[in-house]
Amino acid sequence: MKQTSIIRILKLTKIYGMGDIQVKALDSIDLEIRKGEFVAIMGPSGSGKSTLMNILGCLDRPTSGRYFLADEDVSGLDKVQLAAIRNRRIGFVFQSYNLLSRTSALENVMLPMLYDRENNISEAEQHQRALKVLENVGLADRSHHQPQELSGGQSQRVAIARALVNNPVLILADEPTGNLDSHSGNEIMAILANLHAQGSTIVLVTHADDLAAYAQRIVRLRDGCIEYDQPNGHKPSTIGEKEENHGSI
Amino acid sequence: MDLSKVIQIAWKGLNRNRLRSLLTMLGVIIGVSAVIIMISVSTGTETTIKEQIQGLGTNLVFIQANFSRGGPGPEQGRSTGGLVYDDAFAIANEVNGVTGVSVEQGSSQQVKVGSVDIADVSILGTTPDFPQVRGMAVANGRYFNQAELDRKQKVAVLGASLASELFGSTPPVGQAVSVGNTTLTVIGVLGAKGLTSGVDYNMVLFTPITVMFQKFTHNEFDRMFGNHVRVIYVQVESQQKMEDIIYQIELLLVKRHKVTLDSPDFVIRTQEDIISAQEATSAAFRNLLGWVAGVSLIVGGIGIMNIMLVSVTERTREIGIRQSVGATPNDIRWQFLTEALLLSLVGGLIGVLVGIGGSWLFGALGEMRTVIAPSSILLAFSSAAAIGIFFGYYPANKAAQLDPIEALRHE
Repeated sequence: MKQTSIIRILKLTKIYGMGDIQVKALDSIDLEIRKGEFVAIMGPSGSGKSTLMNILGCLDRPTSGRYFLADEDVSGLDKVQLAAIRNRRIGFVFQSYNLLSRTSALENVMLPMLYDRENNISEAEQHQRALKVLENVGLADRSHHQPQELSGGQSQRVAIARALVNNPVLILADEPTGNLDSHSGNEIMAILANLHAQGSTIVLVTHADDLAAYAQRIVRLRDGCIEYDQPNGHKPSTIGEKEENHGSI
Repeated sequence: MDLSKVIQIAWKGLNRNRLRSLLTMLGVIIGVSAVIIMISVSTGTETTIKEQIQGLGTNLVFIQANFSRGGPGPEQGRSTGGLVYDDAFAIANEVNGVTGVSVEQGSSQQVKVGSVDIADVSILGTTPDFPQVRGMAVANGRYFNQAELDRKQKVAVLGASLASELFGSTPPVGQAVSVGNTTLTVIGVLGAKGLTSGVDYNMVLFTPITVMFQKFTHNEFDRMFGNHVRVIYVQVESQQKMEDIIYQIELLLVKRHKVTLDSPDFVIRTQEDIISAQEATSAAFRNLLGWVAGVSLIVGGIGIMNIMLVSVTERTREIGIRQSVGATPNDIRWQFLTEALLLSLVGGLIGVLVGIGGSWLFGALGEMRTVIAPSSILLAFSSAAAIGIFFGYYPANKAAQLDPIEALRHE
């Protein structure tokens, strides 16, 4: 089955600093991720995984090399164009949820549509779409709650709903369970796994093996280079067993 | 993103911190209301002055002696040294288009009627044209005529308040009143009139100017040369003929005083001249007040900038979140600029209301008259808006240029 590539990076390099002291955060990386893949990017801190994540998320630009997102070369785009790509192509799920405080779950989910210049979505439709994705993450009854009234797990589900609302080609999850207890964490991972099952392309950045276990493929970085890129041998059930163990203690 | 959305977002941003927003607006509120109140006070003063000058009468020309020419010098053989009573008659008789001439010479005397005794009553020697020229009505009895003036008849016409203070409910006409050492007979009472050029004509006793010269001038010297007058009021037929008549008067007086047109010993002015001189003064005053108020508006603007900068720092995370879901630098810039603009506009609106209320209160409680100029409201409000944009731009731009990665990492 021929699958189109969502991410294709060629000789991607990112250098921080100027003058004498230069840090090569990414050193000429090649990577391709196809539509529908669930890839975990792993590596110790300082390995360049955050830098890669920022570039993949179009929050940052590479020093050199090419980045094609859904066959569109985004490595040379300016700030405004990158904002449009983030808006319509990418859904972010952050470790600390990053919801707007004192703003209802519904309005948080509507936020990406607010900045969608291309499709002028009517207010009514924005409501409808936001409600629908909230329903999909099981929070239809919490739509008018504000972040401070939601648990961590619920907040992260709102964040996932926000990531999904503009039908992105790529979901970027950066340590999505880092602030959660294991029960909530499993819920979140189950939602991501479910999204993957429905055909979404997901890139998960984590240093936790048990989270990486959910992915089909694991890319491990070290010192700005890809050290390891293999299909996942583990089964995602490990985390379930762990939870059972936890419960029996 | 449409405008209503931008405004909605900005409004929510401000609402999240209501007390701070209100305090930020305070500077603008004070500035705007200060502009409106100060302009209303000076406009009120101006209007009052204008009305007082108009209240002197209509189509008036004022002739005043001008001693600044250098004073009488023996070598010049100067004949008059100022205006004399006869000049007034010459003008009345020889200049065409003059409908009335009035001269005034004042003094103050003790006035007594029976047991009522008032010190320092202002006595004004005038001519029969006075009520007409100065736009005053005789309420009771009559004003004196030319015959009485010529015969130096000892008659008096009383201002309305003076009449009631002296006589109470007794009809004053026909009664005697003693002024200094002289006894005058009251022949008329004037109708009440407001303050005119700061003079309360209701408390004045009017008498023929000839009687004035004879009885009430201060000293022997004045009595000898006592036909000098300070001002001659000339009423002319119409505004159109004013210029022509002024020229005729000039020619006449120059001839009578034996001076040249280049260096006359008198000054002729119209009501318009006086009004415009007054206006120049009060415009300077108003401008000064305007600048003071303008400075407070600028201080208010700096307050807005200060708070917006704090707000941008505090909300760095929010900016990062918005950027991550697709807000462009322009979206962010507009959001914060709109917040600043809303602060200044709402502040401006409250300031306008406070200004109107304050002007009204000033007028109602104080002695000051206030007139709210619509242009001042427009001026104050639009300056507030301009200040919002000007001082809001820098913080908004700072927000727009934040790096999304840094902003998201901000705690």
